[in-house]
Amino acid sequence: MMSNKEKGKVDQQSELHITRRSVIGAGAAIAGAGIIGSQLIDPVAKTAYAAGSDEPIRIGFQAHRTGIGALYGRWYERTTNAAAKYINSIGGIAGRPIEIITEDDGTDPKRGADVVEKLATKHKVDFVYGTLFSHVVMGSAPRAGELKIPYFVVSEGYHVASGALNRYVFQPCITDVRSQITAVSNWIFSNLGKNVALIFPDYAFGYDHRDYASAAAAKSGAKITAKIAIPPTASSFTRYFVKIPKNTDVIYHVMVGPGVLTFVREMGEHYGTRHPKLFGFIDSLEGVNINSPGLEFLDGSHFWEAMPRYADGYPTSGSNFYRDTVGVDNTGASKSDSKDVSAYSHMFGCWETLFAIKEAVEQSGYKSKKDYKTLIETFEGFTGFNEGIAHPQGSKVFSGKTHQCYGQQFVSQVKNGKFNVVHRTSIADGMYEPETDYTKKSL
Amino acid sequence: MVFLAVLDGTVTAFVLALIALGLSLVFGVMRIVNVSHGEFFMLGAVFSWFAYHWTADSVWGFVLALLIAPVIVGFIAVFSERFILRKVDYNPESTIVATIGILYVIQQLTLMGFGPEARPVEAPIYFRISFPWFGYSGYKLLVAVMSGLCLCGVWLLLKRTKLGLYMRATQQDYEIATTFGVPTKKIYASVFALGGGLAALAGVLVVPIRQADHLMGLEPLLLSFIVVIIGGLGSIRGTIIAAFLIGISDGIISVFYEPTLAKMLATLFVVMILIIKPSGLFGENQQ
Repeated sequence: MMSNKEKGKVDQQSELHITRRSVIGAGAAIAGAGIIGSQLIDPVAKTAYAAGSDEPIRIGFQAHRTGIGALYGRWYERTTNAAAKYINSIGGIAGRPIEIITEDDGTDPKRGADVVEKLATKHKVDFVYGTLFSHVVMGSAPRAGELKIPYFVVSEGYHVASGALNRYVFQPCITDVRSQITAVSNWIFSNLGKNVALIFPDYAFGYDHRDYASAAAAKSGAKITAKIAIPPTASSFTRYFVKIPKNTDVIYHVMVGPGVLTFVREMGEHYGTRHPKLFGFIDSLEGVNINSPGLEFLDGSHFWEAMPRYADGYPTSGSNFYRDTVGVDNTGASKSDSKDVSAYSHMFGCWETLFAIKEAVEQSGYKSKKDYKTLIETFEGFTGFNEGIAHPQGSKVFSGKTHQCYGQQFVSQVKNGKFNVVHRTSIADGMYEPETDYTKKSL
Repeated sequence: MVFLAVLDGTVTAFVLALIALGLSLVFGVMRIVNVSHGEFFMLGAVFSWFAYHWTADSVWGFVLALLIAPVIVGFIAVFSERFILRKVDYNPESTIVATIGILYVIQQLTLMGFGPEARPVEAPIYFRISFPWFGYSGYKLLVAVMSGLCLCGVWLLLKRTKLGLYMRATQQDYEIATTFGVPTKKIYASVFALGGGLAALAGVLVVPIRQADHLMGLEPLLLSFIVVIIGGLGSIRGTIIAAFLIGISDGIISVFYEPTLAKMLATLFVVMILIIKPSGLFGENQQ
């Protein structure tokens, strides 16, 4: 781990830019760090494909339109379409229009691999992008590697940075679970308590939570009182809450799937007002209105957010522009339907990844599939992205070795029926030593 | 903990009994295995969501769904029986394939009309019962009571009405019942509608304690099969007893060990029953 001195002091102003000083600091932990001046998109610079050809850059979007990830899929698709429309309005990618070809993978790993193949061979896309659920990424990434097509995921799992996948897989614009936990765990242990029960979904993403929260606890002298895995397809949860030991100070919960609202409600029914302190990852409430009946007990509890659902949580000009363009109101719901709550802490990754692809294509001079090698090497040379319209969640530090970014995190408290940001981490808080080096793997 | 396990298991058992009863009735009277049974349950939940949204009121939406959903699903069941199952002459193998087809058609139409996401329906009443050690959803207990009332209703229908008499006669011997003037074709349609309606009713009752989605029919289908096989295909008494056996053991094993272990043991129990007593605990000997 880094020493305090090594930790880069990232500018905490609302309009956050990576400075030379912060980069030298934050990047010291990642060998070879040093920001290349990233080319931020200037909304005024409309070029209408003047410099390029009319041949579109085809991006295959592997979407969870159905299955347990459908809620995320819907918002990933809206965000992707909004980003593509905006990118086209400012001149496309390297002067070429961007075209999104969407295929549903049913949030199913087997179908995911088929979708990657279909996008690559039938639709002949330039890149495949957009997968969220980690078991689908794990199932699909090997096929992308075999087909030798760049595969940009927006997933959060530690699978990319762990080195388990291949050199064609990148996660450039959403932080992984390990980084998120590294960033917020000390805050949890110091502010909420040291005896922590973990509740997590019973698959790869959940195991990342289990493993890295346990590791962080061991390091901080905190104690994990229970590790409770729940299948993401579960529909009844009472039987799991009874396993939480009495000496638990904090319930650390992260849940996904169609039953998230039931999960939180049954937690409230089980405990009433006398519950241990609660720290949830917002996944447990993505797409759920915090004012739904039965959730009153959450008042005062804390949540990790990657990007604050309520507009006043991070009102930078970039994030406001992004919120407005995607069609989300100030409470995190669709502008056209206030009951349609977004997956706000995840979907920004789609927007930002498309801009990262744009930057890589433009810097590498990518023209066609024969330029994959140059594109991948260019991407691996990136060391970060500056905050702004292209990266509204905040600046990112990118590791070419792990193909993974680091970014800031938020802790919010539920009060008066809304999320209020109470803590914002620095990028350096979530950094860890790379465990792999994809640049040494063959293409 | 034991109390919670038994309480949770009992609620599961009542709902399971209600869903499995329809499956058991259909098999008992018509001798067909209805693989699309879980979809009728799902339709009940989905119609409940629509009723909740049309009325914009959790109480009236619930009442409307209770009245309308079983009827609509009953009509869908009659339609499937008349135009699909009757066409294949209730042949056991063909009906399995046909009902698999019905399952996919209903599931995909729901996906197209309702969408892929899980949608919540508010419970008509919401209260928490506080025990000294934990709290429990009052609505869940209400679900158990209402399921129990429905089960009593079906029991009375079978034992005390002419329709029930006809159903039992058809179950015992189709040909003799026909000879004695029982309108067996109509009875088949009624039984299929009743089976679907009961599943839909269970869907309406359950949806406020989970959420409606187009894939929710699969789990109750598998559990219903487990219950019906253990209880004895066609035996109403066996189905209800097996539902309690599975529901309560599921509650206890889930709380003290793992929910996955509970499912594994239930499946293992089915295998044992099929080897040792293939007609089920209370089933009539068919062979």
